[in-house]
Amino acid sequence: MKVEQISIFLENKSGRLAEVTGVLAGAGVNIRALSLADTADFGILRLIVNRTDQARQVLKESGFTVAKTEVIALEVPDAPGGLARILSTLDGVGINVEYMYAFVQRSGDNAIIIFRFDELDRAIEVLLGAGVRVLKGEEVYAL
Amino acid sequence: MIWNEEYETLPREALDALQLKRLRDLADRVYGTVPFYRKKLDEAGYKAGDIRSLSDLSRLPFTTKTDLRDTYPFGLFAVPMERVVRIHASSGTTGKPTVVGYTRRDIDTWAELMARTLSCGGTTKGDVVHNAYGYGLFTGGLGAHYGAERIGAAVIPVSGGNSKRQILLMQDFGSTILLSTPSYALNLAEVMAEEGVDPSALRLKCGLFGAEPWTEAMRREIEKKLKISALDIYGLSEVIGPGVASECLEEKNGLHIFEDHFLAEIIDPATGKALPYGEAGELVFTTVTKEAFPVIRYRTRDISRLIPNPCSCGRTHVRMERISGRTDDMLIIRGVNVFPSQIESVLISVEGVEPHYQLIVTREESLDVLEVQVEVNESIFTDEVKGLEGLARRVERDIKDLLGVSCKVKLVEPKSIQRSEGKARRVIDKRKI
Repeated sequence: MKVEQISIFLENKSGRLAEVTGVLAGAGVNIRALSLADTADFGILRLIVNRTDQARQVLKESGFTVAKTEVIALEVPDAPGGLARILSTLDGVGINVEYMYAFVQRSGDNAIIIFRFDELDRAIEVLLGAGVRVLKGEEVYAL
Repeated sequence: MIWNEEYETLPREALDALQLKRLRDLADRVYGTVPFYRKKLDEAGYKAGDIRSLSDLSRLPFTTKTDLRDTYPFGLFAVPMERVVRIHASSGTTGKPTVVGYTRRDIDTWAELMARTLSCGGTTKGDVVHNAYGYGLFTGGLGAHYGAERIGAAVIPVSGGNSKRQILLMQDFGSTILLSTPSYALNLAEVMAEEGVDPSALRLKCGLFGAEPWTEAMRREIEKKLKISALDIYGLSEVIGPGVASECLEEKNGLHIFEDHFLAEIIDPATGKALPYGEAGELVFTTVTKEAFPVIRYRTRDISRLIPNPCSCGRTHVRMERISGRTDDMLIIRGVNVFPSQIESVLISVEGVEPHYQLIVTREESLDVLEVQVEVNESIFTDEVKGLEGLARRVERDIKDLLGVSCKVKLVEPKSIQRSEGKARRVIDKRKI
């Protein structure tokens, strides 16, 4: 039920993002989704890729600080109120969203959104109970 | 175990009185015998009999490494060569070596002090002392050797190098006490592991390590790998060699300075002002009993603190904290002395690992600004912005608490801090003063 995401520490200076994507391109790794969180000094690039372990390996070899984090991918109805319903369900049980970002690809008529929660396992349980479709890792990497 | 019960446990008042008597004697003696000191003392306005209390020590002039070079080779000797029985010299990485001499009585004093040091580590008659300090011009080998003989222990004068043979001798001769630099002790442990020698099958029980700076983490590593107790000892040839100060087995917390022979001070390296007990600064020594090569207020450039609290081992002599750095690296930021080692200690306590960092000092509108750049490695990297920002703020707060100086912590990518010959450059001072 969980999806592996890699996070990369980046200094805020020009060309770093290009270098990360260049390293991944050289290894034939395809980026499925990404988000960049940034502050005045540094940024954290989060990626879902088709080959997580290989991506992590080549980035480490190129001298980047890389971490693997577990997130979940949800199918969200691509209609007004689709995301709101999911978030209010989680809010109702006191689960906090650390961050979220949208997937480029769609799954049929639905959007896919990546979530990081403070309580990942409980979130999955609650969401399944509420009838939300939680995508498996393999489904996401292969999209 | 205390070698000289009478002197090492002398009550403070008696110790003070003894120090005062010896200091007076020293000042008058060097004034009469060493032209260099006579000139310096004259310039400082010193007159015979001026020393009335120990606090008058701070009115005497300092002696520096440069003074030793300027008077090369024998300009600071206080006795004629007929009375000198030994000469040692430091390697002198820059320029000429520094030369020191000993009378017969100095050699005797030195043996006594090294006997005290070895006793701090539990050495007695019947012990086999494995002396891997270098023999020769360096003071380590012979200094330790005479101390071990004074105790009546059996000394193996193995000197440095050839680790496999060292380990063979340790096994066959049953070495119980190891004397070496801490890094050499770790090297021995590694060679033992490679050779399949089990350290717990050896008779080694204690090691006395000095002659280079080391850390608590290294102590733990040596103790674990060699299955011994590891003590820190301190000395420098300009003062006498090894035998200036030693930790005790009882507390392993600060090194007892043999104060009946050496007066220790901590000074502010920038102003030269004497600092009270407990404050960090430059260690300064005055040798009150040495004959051939006495020094007055010799500036060691080593950073330490003096700890006056009584010790459970019974010794009354003040303790110095493990050397935490060199004054050569010191920065003055908004009037506060900052040593890179202090910043490092904060980073170690926050991160739990030895970090790569760099201090960058700039001046903005006549105000010094300190930026601490820390490389983000996997052990501190978290996927969330608040985690990393929290870490940076915590380091800033701890540095402020320790030094009273505010700084900005900037997290940078690994390997982005310049390294020269494998060692990181710790300080970049961009101020134009």
